[in-house]
Amino acid sequence: MSAPGVTLAGTARFGGTALFEDVRLSLAGGRWTCLLGPSGCGKSTLLRLIAGLETGAAFAGEVAASDGRPIAGRVAYMAQDDLLMPWLDVAGNVALGARLRGEAADTGRRDALIARLGLAEHARKRPAALSGGQRQRVALARTLMEERPVVLLDEPFSALDARTRVDMQELAAETLAGRTVLLVTHDPAEAARMGDAVWLMEGGALHAVPVPGSAAIRPVSDPETLRFGADLLTRLRAA
Amino acid sequence: MTVALLAAWQAAVWLFALPPFILPGPLRVLAALRDNAGLIAHHAAITAAEVALGLVLGVALGAATAIGLAASPLARALLRPALVATQALPVFALAPILTLWLGYGLASKVLMAVLIIYFPVTSAFFDGLMRTPRGWLDLGRTMGASPRRLMWRVRVPAAVPALASGLRLAAVYAPIGAVIGEWVGAAGGLGYLMLLANGRAKTDLMFAALLVLAALTLALYWAVNRGCDRLTARMA
Repeated sequence: MSAPGVTLAGTARFGGTALFEDVRLSLAGGRWTCLLGPSGCGKSTLLRLIAGLETGAAFAGEVAASDGRPIAGRVAYMAQDDLLMPWLDVAGNVALGARLRGEAADTGRRDALIARLGLAEHARKRPAALSGGQRQRVALARTLMEERPVVLLDEPFSALDARTRVDMQELAAETLAGRTVLLVTHDPAEAARMGDAVWLMEGGALHAVPVPGSAAIRPVSDPETLRFGADLLTRLRAA
Repeated sequence: MTVALLAAWQAAVWLFALPPFILPGPLRVLAALRDNAGLIAHHAAITAAEVALGLVLGVALGAATAIGLAASPLARALLRPALVATQALPVFALAPILTLWLGYGLASKVLMAVLIIYFPVTSAFFDGLMRTPRGWLDLGRTMGASPRRLMWRVRVPAAVPALASGLRLAAVYAPIGAVIGEWVGAAGGLGYLMLLANGRAKTDLMFAALLVLAALTLALYWAVNRGCDRLTARMA
């Protein structure tokens, strides 16, 4: 699977007011791009536009993949809410995509993913019987099961406690390696750790922020990463 | 509570020396129930059959309508105003017409029950189908689900609790429909028996039939409620 780059360029308006104007966001193929911004700044709208989802905004512009092929059908989506179906067990939720397309699920791959994410003993449990962290791991397994080259993450870790969040960040970085990932977040520390590239969204404009030389995912206690996170926080507060 | 009520009932009959054709005491009603057990059972079976058929048909039609409306904006635009308008017409007023068209048999009562539960079931289920959490729909769309599969594998299961509340209402309404139908014109059923007993001043038999009707409705509600609880638990 070779992951294409993705570019979004254009303007989005809600009624008469511009949510963002003439922005250009590019995601490098096979890399993690973090989009950081305060709540309600329009970053989720950007992600939803790339995903081809309803936004309620009028968008003038284009979303394109670097290989020239359509993006639709090549995107996997993961949100802050794990979006697990309460009436399906873990295995059923991981294989949801096949179920919704009316295909037979690859049960071997499904079970391997469940095992890889440490959920083997929970495979027959319903989501209600799992912890928040476990549920988000199921959501990650479901995302991986889709085998899409472009993965869009809308604050998937922000509802988790600090320790689980860091574990999930590492698990996601490891399992999604090689894919084009867009991570939308309001957490500067998360953007500092996870981003091969980091973009800051403020006042309807986008700025690329230079990242540390070390490769993502960066260690939690790395001084350079910590300083970068602090810088991002400062810029976020000034915005 | 029940015992106190029964005691108060019997006491009122003694105290005010009410004649049995106005208000028979509970003992007298029980005696009528015992003496006419075969007769009451025969009519109860007819009413139960009407209610059961009406419930199954009404729920099936209501659920199908709700899914149709939820699936098609065109159907919503065309049918929803009409559906609401039909509710301005009291279903009770249709009973004589249904009896005229369908006769004194089972069909007119079943249709009364269907008509009376159709709207609550449709309305409750439709509301549930239109309130599928947006995140699930988004997820389904990125996964390439067709609208049809999204309906059957996400929207319908997610709306089961809403359907269950419609079913609970239907269980209480269906016997009302059947009995109204029987009052207007029937050859059997508890409603028919009540009218018959009333006409012959057998008030104790009338009360006995009423008692059985209430028991039937409660049993139906209990069974449906239990089924709904299980179904909802499986979906949540």
